[in-house]
Amino acid sequence: MFKTTPEVGGMGHSIKRKEDGRFLQGKGNYVDDVNLPGMVYGHMVRSPFAHARLKSVNTEKAKALPGVLAVITGEDLAKAGLAWMPTLSGDKQMVLATGKVLFQAQEVAFVVAEDRYIAADAAELVEVEYEELPVLVDPKKATDPGSPILREDREEKTNHIFHWEVGDRASTDKNFSTAPVTARVDALFQRCHPAPLETCGCVADFNKATGKLNIYLTSQAPHVHRTLFALVGGIPEQNIRVISPDIGGGFGNKVPIYPGYVCAVVASLTTGIPVKWIETRSENLMSTGFARDYHMTAELAAEKDGTMRALRVKTLADHGAFNATAQPTKFPAGLFSICTGNYVLQDAFCEVDGVYTNKAPGGVAYRCSFRVTEAAYLIERAVDVLAQELKMDPIELRRKNFIGKDQFPYQSKLGWSYDSGDYHANLDKALEFIDYKALRKEQEEKRKKGEFMGIGISTFVEIVGAGPSHTFDIAGIKMFDSAELRIHPTGKGILRMGTKSQGQGHETTYAQIVAQELGIPASDITVEEGDTDTAPYGLGTYASRSTPVSGAATAMAARKIREKARKIAAYLLEASEEDLEWEPGKFWVKGSPSKSKTIQEIAFAAYTNHPQGMEAGLEAVNYYDPPNLTFPFGTYIAVVDIDKGTGAVKIRKFVAVDDCGNIINPMIVEGQIHGGLTEGLAIAFMQLIDYDESGNVQGGTFMDYLLPTAVETPNWETGKTVTPSPHHPFGAKGIGESPNVGSPAAFVNAVVDALSHLGVKHIDMPMTPAKIWQVMKEKGVAG
Amino acid sequence: MAKQMIKVKINGRDREGAVEPRLLLVHFIRESVHLTGTHIGCDTSHCGACTVMLNGKTVKSCTMFAVQADGGEITTVEGLMKGDVFHPLQEGFKQEHGLQCGFCTPGMLMSSYALLQKNPNPTEEEIRWGISGNLCRCTGYQNIVKAVQYAAKKMTEDDINAKNKAVAQGGK
Repeated sequence: MFKTTPEVGGMGHSIKRKEDGRFLQGKGNYVDDVNLPGMVYGHMVRSPFAHARLKSVNTEKAKALPGVLAVITGEDLAKAGLAWMPTLSGDKQMVLATGKVLFQAQEVAFVVAEDRYIAADAAELVEVEYEELPVLVDPKKATDPGSPILREDREEKTNHIFHWEVGDRASTDKNFSTAPVTARVDALFQRCHPAPLETCGCVADFNKATGKLNIYLTSQAPHVHRTLFALVGGIPEQNIRVISPDIGGGFGNKVPIYPGYVCAVVASLTTGIPVKWIETRSENLMSTGFARDYHMTAELAAEKDGTMRALRVKTLADHGAFNATAQPTKFPAGLFSICTGNYVLQDAFCEVDGVYTNKAPGGVAYRCSFRVTEAAYLIERAVDVLAQELKMDPIELRRKNFIGKDQFPYQSKLGWSYDSGDYHANLDKALEFIDYKALRKEQEEKRKKGEFMGIGISTFVEIVGAGPSHTFDIAGIKMFDSAELRIHPTGKGILRMGTKSQGQGHETTYAQIVAQELGIPASDITVEEGDTDTAPYGLGTYASRSTPVSGAATAMAARKIREKARKIAAYLLEASEEDLEWEPGKFWVKGSPSKSKTIQEIAFAAYTNHPQGMEAGLEAVNYYDPPNLTFPFGTYIAVVDIDKGTGAVKIRKFVAVDDCGNIINPMIVEGQIHGGLTEGLAIAFMQLIDYDESGNVQGGTFMDYLLPTAVETPNWETGKTVTPSPHHPFGAKGIGESPNVGSPAAFVNAVVDALSHLGVKHIDMPMTPAKIWQVMKEKGVAG
Repeated sequence: MAKQMIKVKINGRDREGAVEPRLLLVHFIRESVHLTGTHIGCDTSHCGACTVMLNGKTVKSCTMFAVQADGGEITTVEGLMKGDVFHPLQEGFKQEHGLQCGFCTPGMLMSSYALLQKNPNPTEEEIRWGISGNLCRCTGYQNIVKAVQYAAKKMTEDDINAKNKAVAQGGK
């Protein structure tokens, strides 16, 4: 690939981020910073019970409080046909409860008042009478005959939502029946929450005079949200403008539409006054999109020498009260079928059953491409259990079964065509960071002294960048994405995108793609996203799709511009198009390099001196439909020490060698890896949204839902291999989620490895000190 | 609810307001004075996005009433720049990629600012403890630590240069 100068800042340059200036000065514009004239505030009344009949909702006292403008109930919304709304997975969800409540913190009434304090006061005055009902917390009991049927609104009188399977069950079962060795792991990927530092919120601003509804929204998918507001709310789509301002982290939490948004919109439509609604942290953790909650079993069949034969996976998915997962329509378990990992298998079969419980709805892709994290965790755990069964080194077992680099494109048994990979080279690169033999020797010596250290490895593959649109859609909208590039007469430009950054640095990296394709300095390109009135239609930013899809759209739009620029250059240089050579930034005539025109000169000519008959201007739009997904991969190695007195785990060393294909900005890629690994650390050791038997949330504040600080977080060591995606315009694959997808297995494998000589085969996350200490106590080795 | 007059100095400028006694300091800063750089992330003082300096010490302005700050001097993220020039911490955060979504950044800057005032040359461990009251969901802290180290070095160098300059001028 042509290497541009640092001043141009194309692919591969660690240029500093354009967005930093405003954030560092406190001049970001997050949704709670939006302050409109006359704006009022909404506050949600929520259910204290997990399952209860709603006997009455009395709003009189609340309405009587000075400063209160309105109190909206489920019955009020029902009159407008808005008491329920569709979810992104074919189910529906209550906006405000009617009839009964199905989870603790469910939305019951919405108070609108002149300031946020009065709104909160009034919410306390709303009198709700509940009649408690039996609560279903354990998904394993969801289909028991004695369990309460939660969803009375559905025709199907069962808590079972769906059964989904992929692969060949019969041939997999047959393979298992003759396998010399099998290994099994039962692993819960616990319910956790993305918990971006900024909670969800919106300002709905309906102008009765113009009929225009502006919605400032913490949205990872502003265009899709606009369409859904139009379809569900019956508002003409041209009259809705969704603006995603700066977003303080998303991680999947800001993909769905939440009841608070709908209530704020209804309140503004009714009053003609701007209404702000911002979640508290507890509301965020207790009611908006949780992630995971997959109760998984994986079995591997193998030969005695470790050659893998087959994989069988069975999973129970707890979806909470409404099936509100945010994932492509045809994939009720997302891309979980990537669970065959990077291994050659003869047979594979995977089945997933989803059930309702009295818990918050969700199942969002938390820094994850639709259940890929669950899949990668499961297979990487299962491989370690098989290694233990075979008494084989986990690295050798992996190496023996990797898909070879000459086997790509590789057709997996569960239906995916892996684009490219070199797993052996990636593993070798990671091993360069450690002295594996010495670590194993140290481990052996420590064990003799009653000390515990472990080495955990995870070699994972991801599947990201959805479409292709023939297979993938969100709520019926095909999963393409878009870029619109406009070059101004002076050679500067504006790039507008269908995606929306939440910290990924799009304003910088997209401009670098243009710099690479056209030779216009990245600093001369403004990148805009998140305003549906100006940006081209796109599906948004999640599932690591921005670089694979919108990045590709950017390159394609730039290439269209380059082709027009070639025509203009030929005209200016009085040469034929075929005689022109290109390097980023200029065309020149073959054989006489001094006869050249820069892209800036060509841009000026596009508005001042273009050929007769040619349209003026220099702009292009591209809606990119990827031919396939991309498959980033990596090797992560964790070395841990466990304190036998407390069960606390210290991360001594962590190595992450990623392969995300060609890299746009190495600094930003490394930053994404650091952040994703830290979220993986949090999931492995801390994060859990738990419920007691009455359905009370046990993780509703940052006191109980733990996030790592700088003190618990180790220094991460990173490396890379580069295996470009063959079908992507510039060979990129996406990186944001790999570290979160690949690291939980490395942490758990390390802790289990430390205790494996005692017969420990698995420990569920989060691996709190108490939990590890308990395991050690049972084995008689706790201090 | 009866209101009470308060007067504070924020980033060197006198600010007055009639506030309810229950008004949180962070709401006074964000909504009465319209300095929205100070953020709210958790409501319970765990995340530190609302960190400001009050009378030379960091406070979490979401768990303090505005009336408690009456008569005090407050510095927020908006007060860090000198004219048009970044504070070395702001420069360090940019150079070392110490921010991503930017939401924790104002609080992180204020805690780092307070740390470097007390300890101009902190070790990595001291930096990690110094910012341990501030949560970041994006960066994994590694580059924030580097950013603070960058600023510490720059401030020490600036300090030496200033002293040398003063000596040179004194000698004239």
